[in-house]
Amino acid sequence: MTTIAQPQVVDVIAAPIVAVRPEAEPRKVNAFTGDDWWCLAGAFLGSLATTWLLYEQVLPTRGKLGFWVCWYLAFIAMYAGVTALSQPRIVVKDRFWSSVVAGGAGFVFLALGYALAFTFVHGWAAASHGNFYTHDAAGTRPTAPLSQGGITHALVGSCIELGIATVISLPLGVGTAVYMVEVGGRFAKVVRTVVEAMTALPDILAGLFIFAVLILAFGFQKEGFCAAVALAVMMLPIIARSADVALRVVPGGLREASLALGASQWRTVWSVVLPTAKSALATSVILGMARAVGETAPVLITSGASTFFNTNPFNNPMNSLPLYIITAVRSGEPVFIQRGFGAAVVLLAFVLILFTTARLLSRTKVGR
Amino acid sequence: VTAQADTPVRVVDYDKPRAISSKSTGVDLAFRLSTRGISAVVLGVTGGIGVFLGYQVFPTIRHYGFAFFTQHQWNPEQNILGISSVILGTIEVAAIALIISFPLALLTALFIAEYAPPWLRGPLVTLVDLMAAVPSIVYAIWGVFAIEPHAIFVAHWFNQYLGWFPFFHVRLPGSSADAAVFPQHQYAASAFIAALIVSMMVIPMGCAVMRGVFAQAPIGEREAAYALGATRWGVIRTVVLPFGRGGIIGGTMLALGRALGETVAVYLIVSPVFDLKLRPLEIGTITTASLIANFFGDASKLQLSALLAAGFVLFVMTLIVNTLAAIIVNRSRSGVGVEI
Repeated sequence: MTTIAQPQVVDVIAAPIVAVRPEAEPRKVNAFTGDDWWCLAGAFLGSLATTWLLYEQVLPTRGKLGFWVCWYLAFIAMYAGVTALSQPRIVVKDRFWSSVVAGGAGFVFLALGYALAFTFVHGWAAASHGNFYTHDAAGTRPTAPLSQGGITHALVGSCIELGIATVISLPLGVGTAVYMVEVGGRFAKVVRTVVEAMTALPDILAGLFIFAVLILAFGFQKEGFCAAVALAVMMLPIIARSADVALRVVPGGLREASLALGASQWRTVWSVVLPTAKSALATSVILGMARAVGETAPVLITSGASTFFNTNPFNNPMNSLPLYIITAVRSGEPVFIQRGFGAAVVLLAFVLILFTTARLLSRTKVGR
Repeated sequence: VTAQADTPVRVVDYDKPRAISSKSTGVDLAFRLSTRGISAVVLGVTGGIGVFLGYQVFPTIRHYGFAFFTQHQWNPEQNILGISSVILGTIEVAAIALIISFPLALLTALFIAEYAPPWLRGPLVTLVDLMAAVPSIVYAIWGVFAIEPHAIFVAHWFNQYLGWFPFFHVRLPGSSADAAVFPQHQYAASAFIAALIVSMMVIPMGCAVMRGVFAQAPIGEREAAYALGATRWGVIRTVVLPFGRGGIIGGTMLALGRALGETVAVYLIVSPVFDLKLRPLEIGTITTASLIANFFGDASKLQLSALLAAGFVLFVMTLIVNTLAAIIVNRSRSGVGVEI
């Protein structure tokens, strides 16, 4: 008897445990119940209908923007009102703010998306022509059709100016950051204060400074090199500051381990600190470049606009993408404006590539 | 034993530490000196700009007197130069941009940090960071061709219904605000429209800083609030916003600094008008940056000094704003790990 009863007892104990398991999952704390969904849907449809009736039919109002603003206000009011019928005040407040936050964020994302989409849609007409990337604008009248001329001169000019600016500001910026973090001292504090202050420099002042000093005082002509120096002046504090942050997060233990093994300070910096911070440094430099390539104000003042292909930064004006865009949209010629939007698409793609590279670099933890 | 006692014994006191010199030698010395040299160059260049700009104030004041700061006209032909309307316009555009961008940036940051589902959070963060990197010229041409034609009607609406308030008033020569056909050009190229574009430009920047701070709000305090029965908004009110106050102010100040110095959007949109007026919906205003972009080309030596002096005033403004932002962020609890 006992030998038969025992498995039965075990079964009785085991059975409820098996049955309970599905219910052991944690209850969803913030879940919407069916009632809540109906609240939301009802408020949505009700506000839409009410706004349509009052705004479009009864009142002498018109305009799409006004309609959506009124709808949004009506929606918030109705949603809060319907919720108040069944829920305590605190939930009404929560829902009210949820709709305000979601509405504000939705508006911002719509606007930002609109900005990107608008640029792409209007730029596609010009950017879809192959000659846009292989020709320059020499001999092309502003009214010429899109199948003539292109922006090679601006694209190449942008690349050259950005290249020179990076070559100048990269060693200076990273060197300064190394000094501020690794050597330190009273002088480093002064440098850090001034560099942080100069990140506040409006971009046009960098251009005006170069215009006043290089072009007027030292007699340079308006050329690519001056624009590059202006961009470098603008990039320098940005790179120095973000490189400073990148180097500061290198763990002190790594430095101490290297020094304790007998390495010199120089060896420690070169073989331990810089490789550890490599990806963060690269990210900061690339983001600085992305900022510089789109800067319009400095190049507007310093480089002068050319329509022809010019790879010599020390002679003759040199065009660049932002400068081309601003010249195009100020011309008032519909075709030329289309070209400007096309150049804006190219500029956006340029920035996007730099941005993506920076993202990928910061994701792979090189040297960790 | 005696033989050993005769030989001189060098006494070594092992308790006394060996002399350590922190003076660097050889390659380290070269390293220190060269980085110090690089820093000195950078200090010279960046500090030189500040000093150079500041120095231009002297010849300007010597020639134009202190009326330079009170005169509202900028008339190079008659050599009457003054920056009071310019400063007013700069502050006006930046302030309106801030009024528009601050709530939107805050709401967007809250949405990304608190409301967005986890799968959406990553893409939204990337989108905001990317939009912060989009060049201002792209926003500017979008503003000119996509926003301005519609913003005119918004400005008209404000004038129609709130025009009794001087801030929203627009002078309409030979017409009234209620007329069926209104002079649209009178609402175009205004400080309001420029500020609208500038605000779109600075929203991602402010939003990125705020979101970074909100994401760092301590998880323990969040959970404590939830455990006490707080709703999501309750957690935001009691944990996220107080913790993120430094980041909110810092991000906003950063956006303000950028808005003050913005050139291209303002240069493309507004038509230069040197009136001391506070009617942002009406055509025409001027900001320091657009003043420089408009007038640097034909400026004489003295007028260039005046432009540089105006630039210096702008620089002092952005410097104060950025320094205050840095102080606020550093002082608040939320400054940890956040760079602005």
